[in-house]
Amino acid sequence: MLSALLVMSAIAAVLGAVLGFAAIKFHTEGNPLVDKIDDVLPQTQCGQCSYPGCKPYATAIAAGEADINRCPPGGEEGIRKLAELLGVEFKPFGEDAVPKAKSLAVIDESTCIGCTLCIQACPVDAIAGAAKQMHTVIASECTGCELCVAPCPVDCISMQVIGEKITNWKWKYPVYAMTATT
Amino acid sequence: MEISGICHDRNNMRPAVPVGNDNMRKLYHFHGGIHPPSNKTQSTRATIARAPLPAKLVIPLHQHAGETAKPVARVGERVLKGQLIGMPDGVVSSAVHASTSGTITAIDMQLIAHPSGLPNLCATLIPDGKEEWAPRKTIDYRDHSPAGLQHLLRMAGVVGLGGAAFPSDLKLSLDKHKITTLVLNGAECEPYITCDDMLMRERAAEIVQGAEMLRFMLDAEEVLIGIEDNKPEAIASMRAAVAAGGHQRMEVIAVPTVYPGGGAKQLIRVLTGIEVAAGVRSTDMGVQCFNVATAYTIHRAFAHGEPLLSRIVTITGNVMHPRNYEVLIGTPIAELVALGVALPDTDSYIMGGPMMGFPLPSVQVPLVKATNCIIASSKKIFPPPPPVMPCIRCTRCADVCPADLQPQDLFWFAQSREFGRAQAFNLFDCIECGACSYVCPSHIPLVQYYRFAKSEIHAREHDKQLADKARVRHDYREQRIEREKQEKADKLAAREKAAQAARLADAQPLTPQQQAEQAELETSRAHIRELAQSAVEHADEGTTK
Ligand code: SF4
Ligand code: SF4
Ligand code: SF4
Ligand code: SF4
Repeated sequence: MLSALLVMSAIAAVLGAVLGFAAIKFHTEGNPLVDKIDDVLPQTQCGQCSYPGCKPYATAIAAGEADINRCPPGGEEGIRKLAELLGVEFKPFGEDAVPKAKSLAVIDESTCIGCTLCIQACPVDAIAGAAKQMHTVIASECTGCELCVAPCPVDCISMQVIGEKITNWKWKYPVYAMTATT
Repeated sequence: MEISGICHDRNNMRPAVPVGNDNMRKLYHFHGGIHPPSNKTQSTRATIARAPLPAKLVIPLHQHAGETAKPVARVGERVLKGQLIGMPDGVVSSAVHASTSGTITAIDMQLIAHPSGLPNLCATLIPDGKEEWAPRKTIDYRDHSPAGLQHLLRMAGVVGLGGAAFPSDLKLSLDKHKITTLVLNGAECEPYITCDDMLMRERAAEIVQGAEMLRFMLDAEEVLIGIEDNKPEAIASMRAAVAAGGHQRMEVIAVPTVYPGGGAKQLIRVLTGIEVAAGVRSTDMGVQCFNVATAYTIHRAFAHGEPLLSRIVTITGNVMHPRNYEVLIGTPIAELVALGVALPDTDSYIMGGPMMGFPLPSVQVPLVKATNCIIASSKKIFPPPPPVMPCIRCTRCADVCPADLQPQDLFWFAQSREFGRAQAFNLFDCIECGACSYVCPSHIPLVQYYRFAKSEIHAREHDKQLADKARVRHDYREQRIEREKQEKADKLAAREKAAQAARLADAQPLTPQQQAEQAELETSRAHIRELAQSAVEHADEGTTK
């Protein structure tokens, strides 16, 4: 068990390095504040913030035109990050923007007619297929934005909640009755 | 799992000085450490026994750190002992084999030994009792390249048996690092666990030969075998094996008994004096560390052609007959418990030791490569911890932390979810040994907070990575759409230009009146074009705002 943790931290270090590398490699010229904001947005590209993607929302925030509590996929954690980044107060979600459990699009492959409309709708190129052929969602690339669901003429795309599995399980916050002395 | 009820005798924290130092070598100290009651003698009175063949084996395909092995056996297929049933999948992965001959009756999700209590993919094997082996190929390791040997280990399913179950082949691929010292870890510092002790007592020669194979693969110069001085029989047996085998530059060293002296960094420090700093790997400093049972398994793999099918497990705690057994991987833990005969007041079972183990979700879960010990637990042995009280910042935790951290600060950051600061305070150097919780006068389950914080940070890094990839794909898509639009527009413009040129070429000389008409037509066309253009712009704005 001792070395298990060393291994885990080594893996974490490697992942960290990868992130750092990606950030350097894919850095594009632009407004640094917009990029910084975009960096903490979840990149679901769902448009729930009423902007056509994360970057436009980041641009609007940077211009002072949008609130920081408009992105449901980012969760409260996301709002907290934005608040910290911009040095403003945390602001809870309004009633119109409520986070949901993270889910994945799944195509019922026996019903699909191969019309390619979902491919055109997917903002992150996570659907594979060609005209008149069965289409498939690449699960590891689907951000769960739901944009492919509506265009499908035969209603064969459904959103499935990602359940807790061994691979994504997390240790829970310890809950103890503190015998407070205050 | 944190047990706060074992012993609260803090006068027990004597300095870590070797008692009756018969080593020629100078030993070093690591920071902190504790001396919980060892409770090891109960299970070392009898020799290792072979557990009987169970009626059913459930073999998880994910027993190692990394990716789940891909099932390569079919339901209904008859398999031989040692036959591959799980193919390593990905860089960090390891093979899984049939532990005996029989029939695969299911490949599905089953409850496994994991703190989450969640199921994972397993192959169910009904033994036929014949123990019929698949062909075994023995090799002389000296005829092979280190890379070839690494591949053999991966396919033999050899993983670290000290508890981490990290694929051993990966610890041997070091490219540029020069390893001078191979440390063999026989410290076995955690209370109750005695599987390595008994293995060293009874099978020392094979461990030492395994160490020789590891030295060959690492191209290491010296081998240091560290064993805590509360295991004199194991030390004597290992020394005899080293002497009998005529192994040069291989030394068995008694190290002081102090928990967690079996942590890789801690043992390396004690034996070599090397302090492996935060974020640095021991291989950067020329040292690599393997558990003694792993060395034994490597010897079985090369010299006997046997993949990892069984291991030594301690059954102890609240049982009538504590003992070590050699058990097939996949054996239901209930069968092992039955051999030890659990006492009636047993209320749960712990896999691993009392400091770092975790309670099993069910006693029916199968034994895996990482199972070194099963402790039957009762209220008598492990009384429920006293109520948690606020931290009084006494810093006793910092005094005992073997990683030289400030556990009280880490606790504060973790419980207030300030993960960035926890990381800055070297949270990931914490080996979750539980020494801090053990001495905390406020009985705070500190390690649970560290585990929570670490897994939150891992999840966030994972999400961030996915988000960064999604951003790249999204940007690429935007660029592609833009490019396609541009290409279409260019084509259209080119076509129009060509048509106009053709019209001009065809045209007859015009009368002045015709010319005037033409000019008027052109102006109105230009005006219409302008209007149309501004409409498009408006439409665009409409969609983007
Ligand atoms: S709501 Fe959707 S599109 Fe808007 S910032 Fe969040 S993830 Fe991006
Ligand atoms: S939109 Fe529906 S029918 Fe069309 S390709 Fe996608 S899944 Fe198939
Ligand atoms: S030992 Fe417990 S009470 Fe003392 S400083 Fe550490 S966490 Fe706080
Ligand atoms: S902080 Fe981590 S390494 Fe230090 S004593 Fe506590 S559990 Fe052990």
